[in-house]
Amino acid sequence: MSALPWVVFTPLAGALLLASIRRPQWAGWINVLVSAVTFLATLVLAFTVAEQGVLAVSMFRVDAFNVYLLVLTAFVGMTTAIFSRPYMQYVRDTGRVNRRGMRLYHAMFQTFMFTMLLALSTDNLGVLWVAVEGATLATVLLVSLYRTPEAIEAAWKYFILCGVGIALALFGTVLLYFAAQHVIEDPAAGLSWSALHAVAPQLQPSIMGLAFVFLLVGYGTKIGLVPMHQWLPDAHSEGPTPMSAVLSGLLLNVALYAVVRLKMLVDGSLANADTPHLAGYLLMGFGLLSFLVAGLFLHRQRDIKRMFSYSSIEHMGLMTFAFGLGGPLATFGALLHMLVHSLTKSAIFVTVGHAAHIAGTQSIDHIRGLIRTQPTVGWGLLLGVAAIAGFPPFGVFTSEFLLLTATMKTQPWFAVPLLIGLAVAFAGLFRHLHPMVYGAVPEGQQPVPANMLPVAVHLGLVLWLGLSIPGFLARWLDRATELIAGVPLL
Amino acid sequence: MSLEQLPLLQQLMLVLAAVVLFTSFALLEQARLVAAIHAFAWQGVLVAMVTAIVAASGGLAHLFFSAALTLALKALLIPWMLHRLVRRLELDRHREPLRRPALVVMGALALVIFSYWLVLPLVQQELLFTRNIVAVSLAVVLIGLLMMVIRTQAVAQVLGFMSMENGLFLAAVSATGGMPLVVELGVAFDVLVAMILFGVFFFQISESIDSLDVDRMTRLTERAEDDS
Repeated sequence: MSALPWVVFTPLAGALLLASIRRPQWAGWINVLVSAVTFLATLVLAFTVAEQGVLAVSMFRVDAFNVYLLVLTAFVGMTTAIFSRPYMQYVRDTGRVNRRGMRLYHAMFQTFMFTMLLALSTDNLGVLWVAVEGATLATVLLVSLYRTPEAIEAAWKYFILCGVGIALALFGTVLLYFAAQHVIEDPAAGLSWSALHAVAPQLQPSIMGLAFVFLLVGYGTKIGLVPMHQWLPDAHSEGPTPMSAVLSGLLLNVALYAVVRLKMLVDGSLANADTPHLAGYLLMGFGLLSFLVAGLFLHRQRDIKRMFSYSSIEHMGLMTFAFGLGGPLATFGALLHMLVHSLTKSAIFVTVGHAAHIAGTQSIDHIRGLIRTQPTVGWGLLLGVAAIAGFPPFGVFTSEFLLLTATMKTQPWFAVPLLIGLAVAFAGLFRHLHPMVYGAVPEGQQPVPANMLPVAVHLGLVLWLGLSIPGFLARWLDRATELIAGVPLL
Repeated sequence: MSLEQLPLLQQLMLVLAAVVLFTSFALLEQARLVAAIHAFAWQGVLVAMVTAIVAASGGLAHLFFSAALTLALKALLIPWMLHRLVRRLELDRHREPLRRPALVVMGALALVIFSYWLVLPLVQQELLFTRNIVAVSLAVVLIGLLMMVIRTQAVAQVLGFMSMENGLFLAAVSATGGMPLVVELGVAFDVLVAMILFGVFFFQISESIDSLDVDRMTRLTERAEDDS
């Protein structure tokens, strides 16, 4: 029996179960259990796919590209669930959330996981849209979970902006379907990605170009591309921290995944048109703009979670740029960057959650002396930021190095803004980090119960990926590269 | 090929689509919330009618189901929910005239022209009909977007959102004969859940700022942080 139904439907069953459980203590553990089962199922699935190449069952299709994202998503979901159990317990003890809020939180956490895994594994572009929209709906109530005026404002902004964005993506999907109908006879297969990919050169280029603009703006809102990024810092900073970790680590990736899949279709269709690289140029433009703007905004942040959400925008911009650049090296680098960024960023958000509890605030000015109050949290933050800023020997350095090399090879002039952007972002992160980790300890600052295991595991993996990418993973990424760029790298 | 040579049913669809566009303008201009909800409900009815005509002319059985679904959801259920929320929030007499109505209408007109320009690539002799209707749907989507931008009242913004959804549905039905059923059901489900969540948010917002004027929510701008 295939592991695929387990991967997709375990979280759904978990969500239904958690919605009916009244005891928050149990709910935390069940959340961990469900996430662990999902993760195991994705591992089994990964082995199956490694043996068979492509797994296609009715509406689902798993190949080298999405299987690694599935494993990553389930893994980050599991470690975040492990972190969220004591964290949310603490939040409940401090009276910020009541019993009903906890039930909502756990049920929606699993619903969110369900939509993410569905979006990644489906072959149908319409279902992909439904799942990405479902992810917004699942998380929007979590952003306003604390019911503060700021949280409600953030949630409303998130809802409206992402709702509009995703509506434009639906229009793009309709146009895509329209283009498909002139080529594919069977109306039911008209939104199947694999069927479309097979006939991509015959799709009418003018319609595909138009569709891609709508799809990019739509899913780009979800990626957090500037100027559609306004919702992202608010939603990340006001929601509960485990939510920020999965939003940053997973949702942005899934939206980018959707864009890359669609780019593959559009590239095929536009290959013989006047503007063969339209999709790539659009991605490069949006990506570079997001990368630079977010780097500058890092400097003026006062809220620690807002700061790291700008860092997410910056990294998503970099990946978007790299996918736009195309070619095997840039694609390989971008895939690796997706992996290491997810791991690092969710580790950082976990640490930041503990740091905010230690200081009792999210304001950067009031978080001081972490390393003395609670060395594990202090070191976690220091190493996490070092990793995300692209220090060797962490994996982010490797992927950014690959991306820079690819840029210098194909579009050397773009290497200049990239290097400047990296330096600006680096400075922005470290000017805030230093006092938070080393500054003078405020009086009466106490350690909090913290589970740093997820952080250690994530950062350990990122370090491992920086030192030596294991052979099986490299082959895996290489097959995904071959799928996207047409040529393998290795 | 000119418009008069189209089959009668297609001509009827074009007329209905034009009326849908007209309701979009009505929605945009409407100062009273209750009247705006009614305009939205009529838009839902018209979209359902277009769907039924496509189903009848093309013999597409599953589209009859979509038409019924649209009628139930967009013309009855969602307007009814909005109506109830407006009454419970005591906004039935709330009036909120546009600040510069002439400018807004000009903007909306510009969007209609822009939509026609945008779909020019679809020009092919046999695609005349499709081009018209895709342009009209895109205009409905963009006017919904405009409405969300210029209206500061949460209920009016939701109406804009839902009318965008109507435009999308119109495009899907008339240009492509409807999306596959599973997608259509998923979209309808998402819209319904979104509506329920909007209802929840109306209460959260009015509890938080004592009004549904979302322009008053200004705590989270970059500038506000500098001031603090």
